Amino acid sequence: MLRFAIRRFLGAIPTLLILIGLAFCLIRLAPGGPFDSEKQLPPDIEANLRQAYHLDEPLYQQFARYIGNLARGDFGPSFQYRDFSVTELIQSGFPVSLRLGGFAMLLALIVGVVAGTIAALRQNSSSDHVVMAVSMTGISIPNFVMAPLMILVFAVHLGWLPAGGLGDGGFRNMLLPVISLALPQIAFISRLTRGSMIEVLRSNYIRTARAQGLSTRAIIFTHALKPALLPVVSYLGPATAAVITGSVVIEQIFGVPGLGRYFVQGALNRDYTLVMGVVVFYGILIIVFNFLVDLIYGFLDPRLKV
Amino acid sequence: MPVQSDDLPGLSSLIKATPPAIRSGGVLTRIMKCAAVVGSLLVAACGGGPDDSSRSESRLPVGGPSGTELAEQQVIHIGNGAEPQTLDPHRAEGVPSSNILRNLFEGLTLEAANGDVIPGAAESWEISDDALLYTFHMRPDGRWSNGDPVTAADFEFGLRRSVDPKTLSYYASILGPIKNAEQIILGELPAEALGVEAVDDLTLVIRLNGPTPYLPGLLNHNVAYPVHAGSVEKYGNRFARPGNLVGNGAYVLDEWVVQDYIKLVRNRNYRDDAKSHIEEAYFYPTENQDAELKRFRAGEFDVTEQVPYQQLDWIRKNLGDDLVIAPYLGSYYFGYNVTRPPFKDNAPLRKALAMVIDREIITERITGAGEIPAYGWVPPVTGYTGQQVEWASWTQEERNAEAQRLYAEAGYSEENPLSVEILYNTNENHKRLSVAIASMWKQTLGVEATLVNQEWKVFLETRRRKETTEVFRAGWIGDYNDAFTFSQLRYSRNEMNHSGYASPAYDALLERAAMESDPVARAKVMEESERLLLADMPVIPLYFYVSKHLVKPWVGGRQTNIMDHHHLKDFYILKH
Repeated sequence: MLRFAIRRFLGAIPTLLILIGLAFCLIRLAPGGPFDSEKQLPPDIEANLRQAYHLDEPLYQQFARYIGNLARGDFGPSFQYRDFSVTELIQSGFPVSLRLGGFAMLLALIVGVVAGTIAALRQNSSSDHVVMAVSMTGISIPNFVMAPLMILVFAVHLGWLPAGGLGDGGFRNMLLPVISLALPQIAFISRLTRGSMIEVLRSNYIRTARAQGLSTRAIIFTHALKPALLPVVSYLGPATAAVITGSVVIEQIFGVPGLGRYFVQGALNRDYTLVMGVVVFYGILIIVFNFLVDLIYGFLDPRLKV
Repeated sequence: MPVQSDDLPGLSSLIKATPPAIRSGGVLTRIMKCAAVVGSLLVAACGGGPDDSSRSESRLPVGGPSGTELAEQQVIHIGNGAEPQTLDPHRAEGVPSSNILRNLFEGLTLEAANGDVIPGAAESWEISDDALLYTFHMRPDGRWSNGDPVTAADFEFGLRRSVDPKTLSYYASILGPIKNAEQIILGELPAEALGVEAVDDLTLVIRLNGPTPYLPGLLNHNVAYPVHAGSVEKYGNRFARPGNLVGNGAYVLDEWVVQDYIKLVRNRNYRDDAKSHIEEAYFYPTENQDAELKRFRAGEFDVTEQVPYQQLDWIRKNLGDDLVIAPYLGSYYFGYNVTRPPFKDNAPLRKALAMVIDREIITERITGAGEIPAYGWVPPVTGYTGQQVEWASWTQEERNAEAQRLYAEAGYSEENPLSVEILYNTNENHKRLSVAIASMWKQTLGVEATLVNQEWKVFLETRRRKETTEVFRAGWIGDYNDAFTFSQLRYSRNEMNHSGYASPAYDALLERAAMESDPVARAKVMEESERLLLADMPVIPLYFYVSKHLVKPWVGGRQTNIMDHHHLKDFYILKH
């Protein structure tokens, strides 16, 4: 087990390095620089700025400096938010995104699996059609339509919930963003669960279990659910990493100070260090989650025990 | 000043207007109707009628029976556009940060609620006969938020720090009129050489390169704010964070949660604190204008930074009383690249294209917030008579006829039409405007225009290089209330002169104006320079901006002004 973990994480290092290298070059290849704005800087001042941020050095030297700092856990200063370091920005944004995304994934997992299982058990019945229609709707209506719609109904018209902001981070402020984040995931997870559950239910060992007179409940919970969840679990790894690092759409619409905004704004502002910071952070999370998925796989499917 | 708010592409364009589809009715009916809309997968959201918005019908009149009663809780929530990059007044740039800095610091001068420049940290000043030397007398009761006295030395320290290249200020170059400032910014002289001297605690002398009648207004800009030397030395570049920041303005920084809010509270040490009403103020980053509008409707914001263009009609109908629109010191224009064909040395062609654009249609049908059609380069500013092209008074038919003549004179015809590229940064509003202009050109002259949009930073670089651009969009917001902030943009050596216009005669006029100490004579020279510019037509002025905000009826003390600058200390919240 420990050997497996060590092997996996050593294997992840080259992946991370390639990721860092690619992101490092790509963001610098984009036309326009961090100091371009409508108010054009005099060339000498721009030169001073480039020097202060070491952008005047050759690329390989900048890269080496970046990796060196990164090894010490230093993501560097943000070019855009000049009073903050990237580490500070991630530290303040990630807990918010983690909380929103964590609740959203939990909600999506519970609702999605239950709905998908019900739909599979009553295949082609009206409840199956309802679940699938709702989930199709969830997939087809994008977040940026659903979220403002919910704000209009629940905040502007009914006045039950705040229209935005994190406030004290309480339930009322979290509810709408969590639901908005969870909806498309619920839709996807329920479809995945339904599909794989139908397949499992048709397999020989389930038929054997039925023939032996086991109750439906026992069949579902002891025999069918675990294998049926395998595709859901492999989807969950990267999806959780994506959701807990924040969604730019949801964060902008609800005015929530999460990590997601930095992805897009960092790129738009050519904030090299911020973009690199969130990319590396996201990369590490994906690696960690994929590792967790492998562990859960071993638990769900005895054939894959590590 | 960078025009950030309407330059950055937002999500707003993705979300269409919310028509007032449903009038009154009980809560249940509303939910059902909304549900019906969701069910039928209509993208249009359920809008509220005038009588079922967030306002409660049974509310007391604002301000109580007398109309002047103050609310018990003097707290205000303000939408503020983008997140400020920093609250260091010398390193900050852009509207969102200056909106906040204005309350944290006080310059030698200050603005009244109506925008007039009034004494700030200095109670009075004298100007020498040649207008090259200003002597400021500081208020003896000026205090920093930690209780230290505000002295002339603080301003000397602040202004030197601002122009010091080590500070990495983006904006210090507008202090250029102060003696030696330009050389210091370029690193040719030490910061101590700046023409600013604290004679004693209460007397500050500023020496200038040339008469600068707008100096008092300029000293109200954040790059000219003082900073507290002790805290800058102690905290370095982190002095502008909550807990560290010491200011001399009416408010102090209490909290800054990045991307959530910035909270200011009253500065009890402020010299004029007794007159302030607002106790706490929250500034929120609101990049998404539709989200900002919803939070305003839900009663979470008292003032918004912007109003989404696409929903103006709906807002006029339903939130008309809250909509505050006022002239704004900004010019929206298209520029020609005059360093390359077809516009190089081709004033007739430049004029022809400028003439056929019907600005009334643009301001009425495309922008529609009350923008002022522009026939001159400089928006209405104090002490200056804006100049106009001679065809401003013609009818559009007369303009078209003359434009066709000029177009033919430039050698183009139906068989040999001009092909031209319009470059703009990706944004729905710029696109609609470019499409309209391209079709006006096509209709009257037969010009074949192609539209090219680029992401903001790519656009900036393309435009700066002048290698491929032909016609490009641009906007400029004045940094101070003087025609010079616009005139200087077309000075041949200005980095922001993206049309590449280089006219020795124009440059000479600006240089003459800079040395003219009589304000009336100076204005005359500047007006002459604008006439010359319009005759050469390296840019096509389209309209002058307006500021657009939604303001709750209980926000008192807020007056509109051309700079759209507002101070919390003038505000109060009426009972509601």
